[in-house]
Amino acid sequence: MSDRYLELVNRGPTAALATRLGLPRPALLRRYSPGAPLVPGPVLVVHDDASKGDADAVADALVGWDLDVRRHAAEDERVGAVVLVLTEVASPADLGGPALAVGGVLRGLARGGRVVVLSRPASGAGGDAVRAAARRGVEGMLRSLAKELRGGATANALVVRDGVAVTSASVLGGLRFFLSGRSAYVDGQPLEVVSHGGEAPTDWDRPLVGRVAVVTGAARGIGAAIARTLARDGATVVAVDVPTAGDALARVANEVRGTALQLDVTADDAGARIAQHVAARHGRLDVMVHNAGITRDKLLANMTPDRWDPVLAVNVLAPLRITEALLEADAFGPAPRVVGVASTSGIAGNRGQTNYGASKAGVIGMVQAWADRLAEAGGTINAVAPGFIETDMTAKIPPLTRQVARRLSSLQQGGQPVDVAEAIAFLASPQAGGINGQVLRVCGQNMVGA
Amino acid sequence: MADTPDRPARARAPRSAPPVTTRQAYVLAGNRIPFARAGGHYNHVSNRDMLVAAIDGLVARAGLAGERVGAVAAGAVLKHSKDFNLTREAVLGSALAHDTPAYDVQMACATGVETIVGLADKIRLGRLDSAIAGGVDSASDAPVVVSEPLRRALLDLTRARTPQAKLAALARIRPRHLAPVAPTTGEPRTGLSMGEHQALTTAAWGITREAQDELAMASHHNLAAAYEAGFFDDLVTPFRGLVRDANLRPDTSMEKLAKLPPVFGTRLDTPATMTAGNSTPLSDGASAVLLGTREWADEHGLPPLAAVVDAEMAAVDFVHGREGLLMAPAYAVPRLLARNGLTLEDFDVVEIHEAFASTVLTTLAAWEDDDFCRERLGLPGPFGKVDRARLNVHGSSLAAGHPFAATGGRIVATAAKLLAQRGSGRALVSVCAAGGLGYAMILEAAA
Repeated sequence: MSDRYLELVNRGPTAALATRLGLPRPALLRRYSPGAPLVPGPVLVVHDDASKGDADAVADALVGWDLDVRRHAAEDERVGAVVLVLTEVASPADLGGPALAVGGVLRGLARGGRVVVLSRPASGAGGDAVRAAARRGVEGMLRSLAKELRGGATANALVVRDGVAVTSASVLGGLRFFLSGRSAYVDGQPLEVVSHGGEAPTDWDRPLVGRVAVVTGAARGIGAAIARTLARDGATVVAVDVPTAGDALARVANEVRGTALQLDVTADDAGARIAQHVAARHGRLDVMVHNAGITRDKLLANMTPDRWDPVLAVNVLAPLRITEALLEADAFGPAPRVVGVASTSGIAGNRGQTNYGASKAGVIGMVQAWADRLAEAGGTINAVAPGFIETDMTAKIPPLTRQVARRLSSLQQGGQPVDVAEAIAFLASPQAGGINGQVLRVCGQNMVGA
Repeated sequence: MADTPDRPARARAPRSAPPVTTRQAYVLAGNRIPFARAGGHYNHVSNRDMLVAAIDGLVARAGLAGERVGAVAAGAVLKHSKDFNLTREAVLGSALAHDTPAYDVQMACATGVETIVGLADKIRLGRLDSAIAGGVDSASDAPVVVSEPLRRALLDLTRARTPQAKLAALARIRPRHLAPVAPTTGEPRTGLSMGEHQALTTAAWGITREAQDELAMASHHNLAAAYEAGFFDDLVTPFRGLVRDANLRPDTSMEKLAKLPPVFGTRLDTPATMTAGNSTPLSDGASAVLLGTREWADEHGLPPLAAVVDAEMAAVDFVHGREGLLMAPAYAVPRLLARNGLTLEDFDVVEIHEAFASTVLTTLAAWEDDDFCRERLGLPGPFGKVDRARLNVHGSSLAAGHPFAATGGRIVATAAKLLAQRGSGRALVSVCAAGGLGYAMILEAAA
């Protein structure tokens, strides 16, 4: 699924032409590869006065990762990333100083650079309206800042629940995720850290070593990318797809040196068969990724049961039933991770997708409702919400509509399946144990459904 | 070669005890690609590509990518001479580790069973811990043979050193030599096709058209029901857009089958009963079966499906008309069961390869026939009756198709899974083959 325009404006003589014509130039995104530098230059840590303690702790952690950490912006120096710590900000009046300090270095931000904001949720300010306004203000600033950045740079925030230290596993794990190429297509997103749960991996390049992961819909597209990404991060992958996709599934399973399980996720015994398979082959299950999904688009006025029912059955009823069955069967290991795949269509809606929208919003309902249940089991349940991703599914969209959809995000391009896979691999990792019941959008800050 | 008649058939006492074994060999998993009709979905697909697909699907199911398996043995009945190392080439093209040894086996339609039995024996003797047995055949991509005079002239041409000698070799070629010799499944010694041979046996045993059509219909309905129930979800991997066996007709009926004209035995004195509906079509496909010890299975988290207990080959003299071409299993099974102290009632699953519906029916009839069992088998009376409710319960070759060397793997994987689902019991597998060959095998549910 190639984006010809993206290639033309970035390579060869057409790139120069595009510049002279003043055409929009979506950047080649900085994506993760094992061993590559975490950030493309020094990291500047900025904070408001009240958050100095937290900023110091975060800076120490960054130094611990062998990063070149700066506490003050130097004239004309290029930076790879800015970490803006605003966890203790008490009033909107205190935002100006740190915000303008960040603004001062944005022109020197490297291609593929990062701005990561650490803040706290407005809901945690209690009756303190001034503090709540400041916290909410941080989020508003973030969304606009992300839209301002160019050159494949992104801005995201970790919203750390009150009482959770900035040095906890998931704050640092999330910080690392946002700084790295793994979050290439995540932009303008606040991600909440709800607890101090989770732990730093022994090897940041292979955080899933020893974990057993099941991925549904793994034969192609985003599912195949998830299988590859989890395997790259060290997981043993059980690739699941319908029997009719068995040949593609076998190729993926063999490529990642995992196992293929031909299974219709809507079958009554799907959960039991997954539980049986992982119990026999691997002794347990650590990561369950509900990726299998279908579309049967039609305006509601023209909708038929054969278009409505399968979409709900595959996209949301199957994840509900399979997760329930796995929990009932006690199939999970000590720190389960369940990841659902929602969609920006489930957040903002999309014409012709009432069925799909219902199913994908349903996934969000599921992860929010089961967060406590998974927490009791020592685990988490979260969802990712992809926007426009270059897959077989989106390749079927008419060319003009497809071009428009691609350019409608801050990154001016569609995402790749691997971008969704990276977000899922992060949520499945040990360092994301404090992130639970959340929905992370992987949409390049698409204008739709903000 | 002089054709000396055999000594008259003589009843021989079966061996008194089952073979001595050191350890068990288990069927751990099976896989095949859907079988296609010749000239259909897999037209122009090579044996090698189909065998790779069958092996890769098995490797994916068992999680063996990049691993070295003890050995892979497979074969094809219709084989190009360029495929002299077919199985090794398939392994090199597969997801298995490239240091996995492999070799070819060929025993007509019993190739699949022989690879399984041979590898199981090696496992039982401690020479292997794991193995993959396979089989493949393509009637679509069959080798085309040139006429003998043309072949000899071409060979002489390649050896000729002078222009005169080259011209002399070429000058011997006549236009009529250029017609290719079509591939055939005819018996070299009788010139009769397998169907014509079976027509003789069918007539001799008086097997009716109706009985054959009933068996064919049951095969289609049973196979279709098994697909619907998901039985083949972990036994079949789609290939080249084909998801289920192309020959399968879930909606076939006695009425539809009755409409088909007879194709074999039309020149006999008796009414011709064998049609395209109750005979297997020429087919393309491949299968593979994973075998191993319990320890190896445990290490890989693979629950054993069934143990390979024992097997027996047989052959009959069809050349002089003493026995029907495909009747050897009728001899192999009684010998095998006697050796193991078993009767037909001791089997919960019976799989008899449906080369033709009448092959199954003549075999069953022979075992129930007092004269046949006394005179040919040397038994004191009828061998016994197969409970039809236990026979080919998930369909067989009439519905699935019959890519010769791939059939054994299909049957053994199905029988092993049936036993695993039951959790106990025994399965009997019987396969007839060209050349008057037959093979019988006993599987037992893995305890």
